[in-house]
Amino acid sequence: MFYEIAEMFSYPFMIRAIIGGTLVSLCAALLGVSLVLKRYSMIGDGLSHVGFGALAITTAANLSAIGHFTPLEFAMPIVIAAAFFLLRLSENSKIKGDAAIALISTASLAVGIMAATMSNGLQTDINSYLFGSIISMSTSDMWLCVILSIIVLLMYVIFYNKIFAVTFDENFAKATGIKAGIYNMIIAFLTAVTIVVGMKMMGSLLISSLIIFPAMTSMRIFKRFKTVIISSAFVSVICFLIGLIISYIYSTPTGASIVIVNVGMLMIFAVTGWIISKIQLRKNIR
Amino acid sequence: MTLIECKNLSFSYENTSVIKNLSFAVNSGDYLCIVGENGSGKSTLVKGLLGLKSSAGGTIVRSDTLKANEIGYLPQQTPAQKDFPASVYEVVLSGRLNSRGFFPFYSREDKKIVSDNIRRLGIEDLTHRSYRELSGGQQQRVLLARALCASKKILLLDEPVTGLDPIVTEEMYRLIKELNQNEKITIIMVSHDIASSIKYASHILHLNYEQSFYGKTEDYIKSPMGQYFFSEKNK
Repeated sequence: MFYEIAEMFSYPFMIRAIIGGTLVSLCAALLGVSLVLKRYSMIGDGLSHVGFGALAITTAANLSAIGHFTPLEFAMPIVIAAAFFLLRLSENSKIKGDAAIALISTASLAVGIMAATMSNGLQTDINSYLFGSIISMSTSDMWLCVILSIIVLLMYVIFYNKIFAVTFDENFAKATGIKAGIYNMIIAFLTAVTIVVGMKMMGSLLISSLIIFPAMTSMRIFKRFKTVIISSAFVSVICFLIGLIISYIYSTPTGASIVIVNVGMLMIFAVTGWIISKIQLRKNIR
Repeated sequence: MTLIECKNLSFSYENTSVIKNLSFAVNSGDYLCIVGENGSGKSTLVKGLLGLKSSAGGTIVRSDTLKANEIGYLPQQTPAQKDFPASVYEVVLSGRLNSRGFFPFYSREDKKIVSDNIRRLGIEDLTHRSYRELSGGQQQRVLLARALCASKKILLLDEPVTGLDPIVTEEMYRLIKELNQNEKITIIMVSHDIASSIKYASHILHLNYEQSFYGKTEDYIKSPMGQYFFSEKNK
C-alpha cells in the first residue's frame, strides 16, 4: 500500500489533483460552516446542479473554439449569477425559497443532460461532471483553482469577524451598521466560485457534500465558532486525501470515495461528541 | 439632553399604514417602555429607530452626540441561534464591530471593553462556555453584554424577557434598572408586560396603530389607558 501511495505521487495528474483538491476542500469547509448555520445548505446543492447544466451546455456548444476559454471559465459567471438569484429567493419568504431552489436545480440538471446527450461523443465527460474524476484536472484548471482558492481564503480571513456577526445575528449586525446584504452576497459569491472550481473533480452531484459534511461533523464536538471553522478545515482536507487515495488504489469514482470517508468521519465525531456529553453530564451530577 | 426626537412619525408596509402620528422624545437617562398589543407596530418602530426601515412620514432626529450605529440593540432571539456553536466571548466581541469600520480585526481596546462588560454583567465564569448550552436568562445576559459593547449611551431592548421564568425575569428587570440608574444608560424597552413596565420605567409609550399615550409613568397610571388596564387587572 505504501508503494502504491508513493507511486501515486509520481504522476503529474495526481499532484495536480492533490493541490487543487486540497485547496477546494479548504474553501468549501470554511464557507460550509456559514452556509449550514444560516440554513443555506440548499443553495450549495442548487448551485452545483446549475453548474452542471452550465458546464454541459458550454461543453456541448464547443465554445472553447471561441477565444481560449475552457468550459469551466464559461460556467463561472452563470453560477455566480445563479448564486445571487438563489440567495434572493431564500431571503424572500414570500416565495417558497426551498421549493424554488429545488425547481431550479432539477431543471438545470435536466437541461444539462439534454444538452449532453444531443451532442454526441460526450458520454465520458458527462459521467465525470456528474460523479467526479481525478484525471479531469488539467494544468490550466489547476492554476485557476489555486488562484481562486487563494482569493476565497484571503477574503474569508479579512471578513471573518463580519461573517461571524452576520451568521450569528443578522438583525444585530444590521443595527450596528454592517451591510448584512453585502456579506451574504460575498458568502454566496465565494460559494459559487468554490463549487465551479471543485465540480470537475468532485462531480456536481457530490460537491455540495464537501460544503455540508465538514461543518456538520465538526459541530458534533466543537462548540466555538473558531474551533468549528478550524476543525472543519482539517476534517475536509483529511477526508479529501483519504478519499483520493482510496479512489486511486481501488479505482473508485473520486467524489463518491471522498463522500464515503466524510460519512465515516461524521459518525466518528457524532459518537465521540455523544460520549463527551455523557462524561460532562456525569461530572456535573457529581 | 434629548437623544432621539420623533415628530409625526409614521410607518407603512406597501402603502398600508402600520403606525401613524408618533411624537415622542427620549432624553438622556430616561427609561422608556414601548407597550402595546401584538401587531400594534412595536417591532416596526424598533426597526425605524435603528434606521433599518425608513419612515413613511415625519422625522426622527438624533442628537449630534449619538451616531446612527451607536444604539446598543438586544434583538429577539432567532431559532438559528439555538444550535449555533459560538463561545460567550465570541458573541460579546461581535458587539464591537461598529467601532471597526473597514478594519477587519479587533484591537486591544475592544478586547478590554469586552472583558469589562462581561464582568459588569457577572458572566465571567461563562466566558468560554458555549452560547447554546446556556439557560435562557444567561443567554440574555450575554446579549445584553454585547449590546453594551456597541453603546455606552443607549440600549434598545426588544422583549428582553420573552421565554424567561418569573424569577429570572425579575432579575433581568432589576439588572436593566441598575444599568439605567447607576450607569446612566438610557433604556428603550419594547414589552407587552404592562405591569412591569409601570414598575420600572420612567416613561411609557403606548401604541395601538397610533400613539395612545406618551408621557411619564405616573401620568400613564392616571390616564384612561392606564385606568382601563388596572380595572382589567383587578377584575
